[in-house]
Amino acid sequence: MADELFFKPIAELGALLETKAVSSVELTRAVIARTKAVDGRVRAFNSYDEADAIAQAAASDVRRAAGQARGPLEGIPIGLKDVISVAGQPLTASSKMLANFVSPYDATVTAKLKGAGAVIWGRLNCDEFAMGSSTENSAFGPTVNPWDLTRVPGGSSGGSSAALAAGEAIATLGSDTGGSIRQPAALCGVVGLKPTYGLVSRYGLIAFASSLDQIGPFARTVEDAAIMLEAIAGHDPLDSTSFKADVPDYRAEAKRHQGPWRLGIPKEYFGAGLDPEVNAAVERAIAFYRAQGCEIKEVSLPHTQYCLDTYYIIATAEASSNLARYDGIRYGHRSKEAKDAVDIYFKSRAEGFGPEVKRRIILGTYVLSSGYYDAFYLRAQKVRTLIRQDFLNAYREVDALLTPTSPVPAFKLGEKSDPLALYLCDIYTIGVNLAGLPALSVPCGFTAGGLPIGLQLIGQPFAEANLLAMARVYEQAHDWRLKHPVLP
Amino acid sequence: MTMSSAPDLNIDHVAKLARLALTAEEKARFSQQLGDVLHHIEQLGKVDVTGVEPTAHAFPITNVWADDIARPGLTVETALRNAPAQRDNMIVVPKVVE
Amino acid sequence: MNYEAVIGLEVHIQIKTHSKVFTRVAAGYGQPANTLTDPVVLALPGTLPVMNKAALDAIIKAGLLLGCEIAPVCKWDRKNYFYPDSPKNYQISQYDQPICLGGSVEIELPGPARNVMGEHKRIPLTRIHLEEDVGKLNHFATESLVDYNRAGTPLMEIVSDPAMHSADEAFAYLTSLRATMIYGGISDCDMEKGQLRCDANISIRPVGETKLGTKVELKNLNSISFVRDGIAHEIKRQIAVLERGGTLVQETRDYDGQTGASQSLRSKEMAHDYRYFPDPDLMPVKVDEAWQERLRAECPELPFPKQRRFAESYQLPYTLTSVLVWDRTLADFFESTVKLVGPAKAQAVGNWITNDLLRELGAAHLEIAASKVSPAHIAALIGLFDAGSVLTNAAKEIFIEMFATGDLPGAIADRRGLRAAPTDAGELEQWCRDAIAANAKAVAEFKAGKDSAINAFKGPVMKAAKGKADPKRVDAALRQLLATM
Ligand SMILES: [Mg+2]
Ligand SMILES: [Zn+2]
Repeated sequence: MADELFFKPIAELGALLETKAVSSVELTRAVIARTKAVDGRVRAFNSYDEADAIAQAAASDVRRAAGQARGPLEGIPIGLKDVISVAGQPLTASSKMLANFVSPYDATVTAKLKGAGAVIWGRLNCDEFAMGSSTENSAFGPTVNPWDLTRVPGGSSGGSSAALAAGEAIATLGSDTGGSIRQPAALCGVVGLKPTYGLVSRYGLIAFASSLDQIGPFARTVEDAAIMLEAIAGHDPLDSTSFKADVPDYRAEAKRHQGPWRLGIPKEYFGAGLDPEVNAAVERAIAFYRAQGCEIKEVSLPHTQYCLDTYYIIATAEASSNLARYDGIRYGHRSKEAKDAVDIYFKSRAEGFGPEVKRRIILGTYVLSSGYYDAFYLRAQKVRTLIRQDFLNAYREVDALLTPTSPVPAFKLGEKSDPLALYLCDIYTIGVNLAGLPALSVPCGFTAGGLPIGLQLIGQPFAEANLLAMARVYEQAHDWRLKHPVLP
Repeated sequence: MTMSSAPDLNIDHVAKLARLALTAEEKARFSQQLGDVLHHIEQLGKVDVTGVEPTAHAFPITNVWADDIARPGLTVETALRNAPAQRDNMIVVPKVVE
Repeated sequence: MNYEAVIGLEVHIQIKTHSKVFTRVAAGYGQPANTLTDPVVLALPGTLPVMNKAALDAIIKAGLLLGCEIAPVCKWDRKNYFYPDSPKNYQISQYDQPICLGGSVEIELPGPARNVMGEHKRIPLTRIHLEEDVGKLNHFATESLVDYNRAGTPLMEIVSDPAMHSADEAFAYLTSLRATMIYGGISDCDMEKGQLRCDANISIRPVGETKLGTKVELKNLNSISFVRDGIAHEIKRQIAVLERGGTLVQETRDYDGQTGASQSLRSKEMAHDYRYFPDPDLMPVKVDEAWQERLRAECPELPFPKQRRFAESYQLPYTLTSVLVWDRTLADFFESTVKLVGPAKAQAVGNWITNDLLRELGAAHLEIAASKVSPAHIAALIGLFDAGSVLTNAAKEIFIEMFATGDLPGAIADRRGLRAAPTDAGELEQWCRDAIAANAKAVAEFKAGKDSAINAFKGPVMKAAKGKADPKRVDAALRQLLATM
């Protein structure tokens, strides 16, 4: 049984830890052993500190023995995307720029997880500075999909989804700017939740696009996602964009609500480019909800076709400014070739950033530059208002929206070399970020070739409890969560 | 995908603003790729945004601040721990010509 | 040809707060390098800004003091540019929605003489906004060392209209602005510590021309007198260029206060394009009427209005008001003292403070706050003098000792035997009789109507009294005796 510990959900492991059938040290060792066994192939981790994890686990066992267990995450090994700061640990954003950077402080979510008794385990690979949809843009090489090692795990939080699917962590955190939690969750067959903008503090998250970024959990089950969300949500005085909302008992709430709900199907999300197998799986999920007594209603989000452009203007503009601090002066890569102070900028950034990051910095700089601001950035902000209104209008008629998470299942490494083709992977997820809404991806089947498919549920602002309940009803009636990739 | 150049995109100028040294190959490739993207983005011009307020933040919160109470910061050692070059507790850069 | 100069000033003033403007590590001056940093100041990956309420209060107060319109909503923008003293490589500032708009600074130009009031006028302001200071670069032969202690200090940028026309006006503007900020408790404005920094935009045009000439930006004017000298020098330089038939170029020049010369800063090879956009990490600020009212209640009376009030309420001459009002503590000291002795004695109070107190403070290199002499001391001294208990010279002596020891004047007079003689009337009368008897010529003159002849008797009387007779009583006694003759 012990060899399968790493595939168990938090709730089950909690019971084993509570009855002392397993210790946190044993659990952590099992996860470490699994990681050592498979990560040479999956390559989900940028770094891990085995001794540190064991020490945390031992401390957790001491707490539990003393009757001071801190809740459902006590002793549970959690992996973090390598854009979330952990005091005294490397923080690289999968970039050469930060290859040797050690953060002196904890992100708010890190501090919260530590406070909940979790074992902080390993730094997970991602697209460089979270820019991408396939985790191929990592300076340290791509992570692969545990279901098919020739395919991508999705991105940008591909390390977080792949590690979880492969049993290298019990749950993980990622960040989602345009779909970077939900899309890799879908492609790796796990649950991924992007919270409402402002529900989870961004303090300590390396900024990509500040007005879109949110940290969220990857979990094996909806219940686990609820446990994780409850641990990391809540107002933070260190993040001015953090919302002063109450944090409900998501786990209890998700079980309490049973529906039926009014579910909207946005017609713009079922057009050209949608893979037929994905479409069929989502249609079956819709039929399931209808059979459960839910009212299924077609709705329209008329500005959907402008989401991608709006997103790329706003996200790259913010990124061009957010990434200006990586200059090789106070920290990070400093070019050995630089002859003067101005040279340090040009050469360090040229050597430190990969092509996708450079491309987005150039685009973002361009759209903000003199003479173009109104035509690009200001206009995009206005269209963003319209996109947001589309969703809020739909919510007059329905409780949540139901869509595919990704138009396609996991694709081959190197298959999408054209940036624009890759950007199109995000068409179902970016509207949610522009509107600041919560959304989650829950597994809803497999392709004939055995690749996972994800169903996206998009909720009203701060209605995460509802969203978890809807996903849980579906999850409990299916057994997708019980399947695990077999690593050759 | 249509290939198009962005006549307005002066890659040298923009790269200078962004403090990125690009190779000739990168300049050519980015110009072409960003041309495609900019071409795609042109369709935003079709949206009627008359009277529409821009969204800078997902939720319109105002007056978020903290009281003026000083708290301890980093020690010099920690502050400079990641510095590529330091001397006399300061960061060293090649001479800055003003 | 006659030229007119057009000058606008951009003044940066550090706001006095405990913590920095977007994070709560301490702000301060003179600390060891890089001891006032935290992850936010150093712009470490993942850090976020949080506004300092006190900095907002301070800038709104500054706006109210200068009669600005306080914007009901203001927001934060990023000004993007790369420089090693700027940790994020963008500065959080305010672009198109600053917190204060309009307003003005009242100035006084030099009068025809030092003791005569000069012309007053108002220099209109364009705007005031809040931003963050950068770190400090220390330049050496081949490298520069960066200290981020100053980075993130709250900074107010006050932009005037191009509405000044001489170096004297610019000097008066800065003097008045500085006093206003110190009065409001907003900044100490110590230019040596970089708490007040000034850039000047200067152009000239033929008198009568309405179009602005080519603008030159003068930087590094790091003392108030350098501002005056630098601007005067630049106006002369521009006129000389035009007179020579040359043309002016738009440029930034660096003024060296030591040598009195300026030189063009190598025009930066890169054009500025700050790519301002709203900072997504910070929320807008809404300032309602109640907030403004609360701060308005904390606003002190400013120097010029105070000077007018002092002149009207206390009948004080310009020579006194112009000294008393510029230091708020001094003005308060004056009014506290007047409260004790009554407004009729205001001039005496003013004289004691501006002559004796300031002289002693200056000699001792002390601030008025550290003075052992309090309003009660001066009030007591004036009381003794008016009662005839001490005479002028004794009072001056008492003051010096009072300043040194903090003892009350009565005690000093007793200890040092400085009280006027407790002359009995008979003794005084006898001295007066002796003096009159000894000077028949003066008696005759007095009788003939020459009033000043009475002074001839006073010397001998005072001599007989060993200087301790009250001159007023001597005068009265002499007149009484002379009347009977
Ligand atoms: Mg500046
Ligand atoms: Zn400024």
